[in-house]
Amino acid sequence: MRDVTKRFPGCVANDHVSLDLERGEIHALLGENGAGKSTLVKILYGVQHADSGRILWEGEEVEIANPAAARTLGIGMVFQHFSLFETLSVADNVALALSRGTGRDPALVAEIKRLSNEYGLALDPDRIVYELSVGERQRVEIVRCLMQDPKLIIMDEPTSVLTPAEVDKLFDVLRRLKADGRTVLYISHKLQEIRDLCDRATILRGGKVVDSCDPSQETPNSLAAMMIGRSFDGPKIGKPVHTEDGDALLTVEGLSMEAASPFGTSLKNICLSVRPGEVLGIAGVAGNGQNTLLAALSGERIAQRDDWVRFEGKSIGRVGARGRRDMGIVFVPEERLGHGAVPDLALEENALLSGWGRWKLVRRGLISFSKTREKAEQVISAFGVVSAGSGAAARSLSGGNLQKFIIGREIMQDPKLLIAAQPTWGVDAGSAAAIQTALVDLARSGAGVIVVSQDLDELFTISDRVAVIFDGHLSESRPTHATSAEDVGLLMGGLFETPTEATPA
Amino acid sequence: MESLAPIVLSVIAAATPLLFAAMGELVVEKSGVLNLGVEGMMLGGAVVAFIVGVETGNGMLAAAAGAAMGMALAFLFAIMVLGLLANQVATGLALTLFGIGLSALLGRGYVGTPLPALPKLYVPGLTDIPVLGPIFFGQDGLVYLSIVLSGAVAWFLYRSRAGLILRSVGENPSAAHAIGYPVIRIRLLAVLFGGAMAGLGGAFLSLSYTPMWAEAMTAGRGWIALALVVFATWQPGKVLLGAYLFGGLTLAQLHLQSMGIIHIPSQFLNMTPYLATIVVLVVISRDAARIRLNAPASIGKVFHPDG
Repeated sequence: MRDVTKRFPGCVANDHVSLDLERGEIHALLGENGAGKSTLVKILYGVQHADSGRILWEGEEVEIANPAAARTLGIGMVFQHFSLFETLSVADNVALALSRGTGRDPALVAEIKRLSNEYGLALDPDRIVYELSVGERQRVEIVRCLMQDPKLIIMDEPTSVLTPAEVDKLFDVLRRLKADGRTVLYISHKLQEIRDLCDRATILRGGKVVDSCDPSQETPNSLAAMMIGRSFDGPKIGKPVHTEDGDALLTVEGLSMEAASPFGTSLKNICLSVRPGEVLGIAGVAGNGQNTLLAALSGERIAQRDDWVRFEGKSIGRVGARGRRDMGIVFVPEERLGHGAVPDLALEENALLSGWGRWKLVRRGLISFSKTREKAEQVISAFGVVSAGSGAAARSLSGGNLQKFIIGREIMQDPKLLIAAQPTWGVDAGSAAAIQTALVDLARSGAGVIVVSQDLDELFTISDRVAVIFDGHLSESRPTHATSAEDVGLLMGGLFETPTEATPA
Repeated sequence: MESLAPIVLSVIAAATPLLFAAMGELVVEKSGVLNLGVEGMMLGGAVVAFIVGVETGNGMLAAAAGAAMGMALAFLFAIMVLGLLANQVATGLALTLFGIGLSALLGRGYVGTPLPALPKLYVPGLTDIPVLGPIFFGQDGLVYLSIVLSGAVAWFLYRSRAGLILRSVGENPSAAHAIGYPVIRIRLLAVLFGGAMAGLGGAFLSLSYTPMWAEAMTAGRGWIALALVVFATWQPGKVLLGAYLFGGLTLAQLHLQSMGIIHIPSQFLNMTPYLATIVVLVVISRDAARIRLNAPASIGKVFHPDG
């Protein structure tokens, strides 16, 4: 395969983009959010159509009308947000992506087993997808893709949800695919990975190809600079303050809670504490009880016993979210649009919804709109939120800018404790650094911060201590300077003793 | 023993319209579409089947016309919700109201017209077997059709590739679209099938169960069919069970009323089949994980390929 060239004038997302992929290479596609990476690969896979431009496949011009046509040519794709059907079996999911049979077809089941053995991707074809971990789900996607014997495999941010050990395994598989003469188009914004894995990189910015390079000859900072178009500095992290002997701000002792949904993970005997001035990181692969833990900490779900959660010495386990906000506990949820902000409301209205109590925006039942606007504008200017002003709908902001607004909104309410879930997930490098700096600054000013994240680099950059959540159990926390990403990675796979009387799930 | 056969026969007759409508709606909902217009489509099917039956005297043709009418109404619904992305709940309610009005208008000249019931099957020898004969070999064609179609629906959904694709569309339409399945077209076919089934259910009412036409003669059966699908947690076997349970209870309370042994106001007795069917289905379906496994995740949500 040579000279896959695409040009699309008139399309905002991709502006005259050309891309060449060689046989048997791992080619990185780099760019910030909104740079047009996803659009480009969707066109290549036939999900969307280019306004103009050509695609050359093995030297011949082709029309890719739909994903089935792409698969016929030999193009397979592993999606960023898994495109699996949760209530169907692994084999059914594979069958759906092929043009024949159902998951009951014995030949198909045998083929799945053969391929998964060949590439070291352990899979049971009869299991229902909702029971699988995120890493296993990705294996299903990869096997599903390999079943079509593709010459080109597109992977959209495949490692964002994996543990370090799973990432290593995935890289082994990818190198094996490359050795088979297959081509991998690898989309990521994790720069270190791209340096380790990829042969060539093409950098997109604002829908245009701005550069291409050999990533192994670059540093993460130089790659980031190409991505954002100016020199890049990592987050500025203040010196930790001495907190070893301070009284705990928030303590959780023996907290257990049933998951809200049948497929969620219940919490078992959680113990943690945060002192003023420190950042506690909670690592873990998604789906290990983070959602339940966050709901229990923010007060969105109330604990069975009041003394399971204590804040400044008071028992608050049975205090709801509103009451906890009044005490100074603020929360930044993982899902920005819908949970963190109302998509169709203006930024100032979103500021009002979260901050009316602490900012005293409501007097005798009436909203003070001038004060609300003033607060929203303060957040926008202090945190450099790029928007059309405080009247812009939350939906109209890019992910990174909206996240800066939400974090800023909470920080400017002068909280005593801030709980943030995946604060930089899917946020471009520049905004991520700004958010991380703001979180650490908040802690250095004397507040407690809890960050729940899957991104170990982030946790090691900003937190003072780190604990790991696995299957509803929380490990004891360790100081980040006394542990390594490898150790924490092992913990994320469940290799730890629970603090007291471990109860196997 | 001799009195058992008529009772079973009437239970089957009371259950059949529900079974048609609920099995059709099951397929529609499995594809991720919620069509609340079942009652309207049943009435449309009932009146058109009756008119064709009176005018031609051909039972088969009448039933087919009823199915076609149900399908035509479903097509209207599909244009609104699949083509124009209208809200499914509001459109479904409108379809029911439209069906009630339209059927009353079409049937104006036919109220009180007599129509001979559909012919029952008669197999010499077999049908004459006491009790079992009339039950298994003495029904009209639509009863057999309802049972064959129920089995076909179950086989289609869980054994065939087309059924797998249909379920995948109901579970995650964006993913199905990304793999390359025509979500809108699949949903259209499911909606049309549901309309035909509701029309057949209505046709059975006006051709066989009570061979006559009266305004709003479905008496809420379309709503019960909708409730059956939900309370049966989208499982064909439980839909069948629920339909027959409802039929049996309808009959039992009628007998209780006529015997007059128990002095309960008739309104309470009229309520029992609705209440008891729902209670039983809720109790046998209370496993939350199983509900999640069988419920179509995208139900009622508008899907737009580029959205």
